[in-house]
Amino acid sequence: MSLLILSMLLATPIVVVVSSVFFSAGDIWTHLLDTVLTRYARNSLLLVAGVSVGVLALGILPAWLVTVYRFPGSKILEWALLLPLAIPAYIIAYTYTGMLDVAGPLQSALREAFEWRYGDYWFPEIRSLGGAISMLSLVFYPYVYLLARAAFAEQSGSVMEAARSLGCSQHSAFVRVALPLARPAIVVGLSIALMETLADYGTVQYFGISTFTTGIYRTWNGLGSSVGAAQLSALLLGFVFVLVSLEAWSRQQSQFFNTGVRNRPSTPGTLRGPSLCLAYAVCGLPVLLGFVVPFMQLLVWASITYDTILTRDFAGYLFNSVTLAAITAIAALGLALFIAYGKRVFPSKLTRASSRLVGLGYALPGTVVAIGVLVPFAWLDNRLSEFMVATFDYNTGLLLSGTVFILVFAYLVRFLPIALNTVDAGLAKIRPSMDETGRSMGFSPAALLRRVHIPIMRGSLATALLLVFVDVLKELPATLLLRPFNFNTLAIRTYELANEERLADAAGPALAIVLASLIPVILLSRTLRQAGEAPSSLPQGSSTSDESK
Amino acid sequence: MTSPALQLDNVSVHLGGKLIVDSVSFRVPAGGIGCLLGASGCGKTTLLRAIAGFEPVSSGSVALDGLPISTPIKMLDIEKRRVGMVFQDHSLFPHLSVRQNIAFGLQSMSVAKREARIDELASLLAIGELLDAFPHRLSGGQQQRVAIARAMAPRPEVLLLDEPFSSLDVELREQLAREIRGVLKHEGVTAILVSHNQFEAFAMADEIGVIKGGKLLQWDNAFNLYHTPASLAVADFIGEGVLIDGRAVGEHTVETELGVIDTRQIQDFNLPGTTDISLLLRPDDVFHDDASPTKARVVEKAFRGAVFLYTLELDSGKRVLSLAPSHHDHAIGEPMGIRLDVEHLVAFPKLPVV
Repeated sequence: MSLLILSMLLATPIVVVVSSVFFSAGDIWTHLLDTVLTRYARNSLLLVAGVSVGVLALGILPAWLVTVYRFPGSKILEWALLLPLAIPAYIIAYTYTGMLDVAGPLQSALREAFEWRYGDYWFPEIRSLGGAISMLSLVFYPYVYLLARAAFAEQSGSVMEAARSLGCSQHSAFVRVALPLARPAIVVGLSIALMETLADYGTVQYFGISTFTTGIYRTWNGLGSSVGAAQLSALLLGFVFVLVSLEAWSRQQSQFFNTGVRNRPSTPGTLRGPSLCLAYAVCGLPVLLGFVVPFMQLLVWASITYDTILTRDFAGYLFNSVTLAAITAIAALGLALFIAYGKRVFPSKLTRASSRLVGLGYALPGTVVAIGVLVPFAWLDNRLSEFMVATFDYNTGLLLSGTVFILVFAYLVRFLPIALNTVDAGLAKIRPSMDETGRSMGFSPAALLRRVHIPIMRGSLATALLLVFVDVLKELPATLLLRPFNFNTLAIRTYELANEERLADAAGPALAIVLASLIPVILLSRTLRQAGEAPSSLPQGSSTSDESK
Repeated sequence: MTSPALQLDNVSVHLGGKLIVDSVSFRVPAGGIGCLLGASGCGKTTLLRAIAGFEPVSSGSVALDGLPISTPIKMLDIEKRRVGMVFQDHSLFPHLSVRQNIAFGLQSMSVAKREARIDELASLLAIGELLDAFPHRLSGGQQQRVAIARAMAPRPEVLLLDEPFSSLDVELREQLAREIRGVLKHEGVTAILVSHNQFEAFAMADEIGVIKGGKLLQWDNAFNLYHTPASLAVADFIGEGVLIDGRAVGEHTVETELGVIDTRQIQDFNLPGTTDISLLLRPDDVFHDDASPTKARVVEKAFRGAVFLYTLELDSGKRVLSLAPSHHDHAIGEPMGIRLDVEHLVAFPKLPVV
């Protein structure tokens, strides 16, 4: 029962946002409709379309090349292709702007070399829709890569061999068999990348592109209309809902596309000459542009500005960020354990439904969560202070919505699903029969927890903590809307400095965020490598089991 | 259209630096069905994959009608060999319907011809009603039929089948094996089957090669493999039987615990040249005869419907197998009269006692 209340509580933002559709926001709504709404919708859709093309182009081919071929460095590329995940979209946007802007090193060098002056030549404008599409594609393609890679690796090798023996070349076997088989997985990856795209605030704000997220922020802050902002959020949620359904449907589809026992051909393909060069270009470019170049730029800036970075203020931002992230991570882990065990001990439709309700949070853009949290908390605060003034003649002010509490609550709505997924996966490793074995050997439930569950779950629990911690550290839009006055974090500081066009100064906090984000990416790449190595130490699947003994 | 003959000459295959297939030679005539039979890990699947072109050969050659397709120097591309392959796990394309699966290798055909070929195979393999279904809806046996139809559709030069029936119920196996044999013979395709099950091999193949440790021990038809195995290893692998000791006395006489055998009554019998020999006795060589002076005690018996398979212990403690009609019901522990009734007999030099 408490489980249900908890999940209802965490679902309030969705309920608030969706129900806002039924309130009238006065003329603001008509004002929005007349002026900017079509632009928001058009830009958001163009962004989604462009990023779709971008992430598919960047993600699928490398996944295919590193799973099917072995070439010098292919093992390194296999995990290096994940590295761009460590760079938040707004940070990559800042670095590329610094490099490619009119005053940036590239254009300056061009002008010097050819003695051009500003206006004499054409250069692609980075602060544009196209620029935003490129930036988001560069950091979100790993979702497609990751899922496509897993799908290709799971495909039974004999399915490809069957295609070859029926007269397909390696190339046409990819087009006719491997790619269609991986399609559901690729669509799952794509929908995750697109959810992130719709949720992005930092990049589009910096590039001056009006989308739903920037619109929500402006309606809230500029026009001061909570209902208008909530209604915009509801519209955005509509798009997100389409993506969530697409993802769920594709996951279901992929069950039918199971090709049975994993069985890779014992001799992986090799590449030579021009095709090898092409493979390096296809796999290397995303890593280079999505991670190495922006990371280098951050390092260069940080080395110039390090004496202004390492100040007391910086320590303050760091402390704020780490405290917030730690509190949220611990709270998320506690709640995730509570929900996961609730599901295990009292399995029912109700407990499963409430865990699914909580699970929806991951799809919510930060701005939507912020609005969905702000509206009810502000109402609650007002009622509370009215009551306090009336009874004790004491004004409590914004007791809830003006403090860190609301921030942590919003983070929980958004990031609890991540902790829950990880804990669920860990708990699934402990089969009910293990509980029964332990109990039959005379262990009390407490002893069972201590001697069986905790040792098995330890890794998952640590992963859950880490994932939430880093995600909180990176989070920008919700923090921006909900933070207490004058409360700064690393992400906020990066954002503020960049918007003051002090890009080099922003490198310090940005670098701190990127370095922290690298930890889960490295963890992820390690599990990926282990999964890749497992088959060589274990007997291979069916048709070659013959020889492996 | 007739399939070519498949010829292997001294083919060796290395995998990861290890010798898996050791100098194997055999020939399957045009339209013939061969079987590579052996326990798991013997290298038979690797040999099949080498014929298909999935693994390179390290020496020797694979040739179709005299044209080499695999040598250590030259490997014809897999897609150009025109081999049909049926995989152990069927490996149907899960994103395509049965019809699209069968049509997969028929890209270059005109639509009318393609449809005709699909219909022909569908009726041959009795899968006409499944054509619009998707693989995940099919049973194991149905998937196997579709896999065979798909592999045969482009009229391959050789059809290779890797443990095609191993995922099916035991009752289904032999029946389907015989049915598929009929289909292959109707199409006149040269085929090689890999199996670890001798009954499957007997039901399907014209000739069978017994493989152990990467070496081909014997290439022969089922009857000869059973009755005149070339080595102890083949005798051990094919059928049931026991070895008993014998002494060669003179040119035509062998003395055994079960009596004296006049070897002139036996076809193609050769003494190995030593005095002490081992004789392979099949259960059908030991005949139940209540009048016989030779008695043996019943140790075990297995009811097989029409017959009992008795395990009998001789006075020396040696055990033999005997088939008796099931109305000859003897209790365990009871003595039972037996005599030898051999038409085929194989003798090996007696193994030194370890």
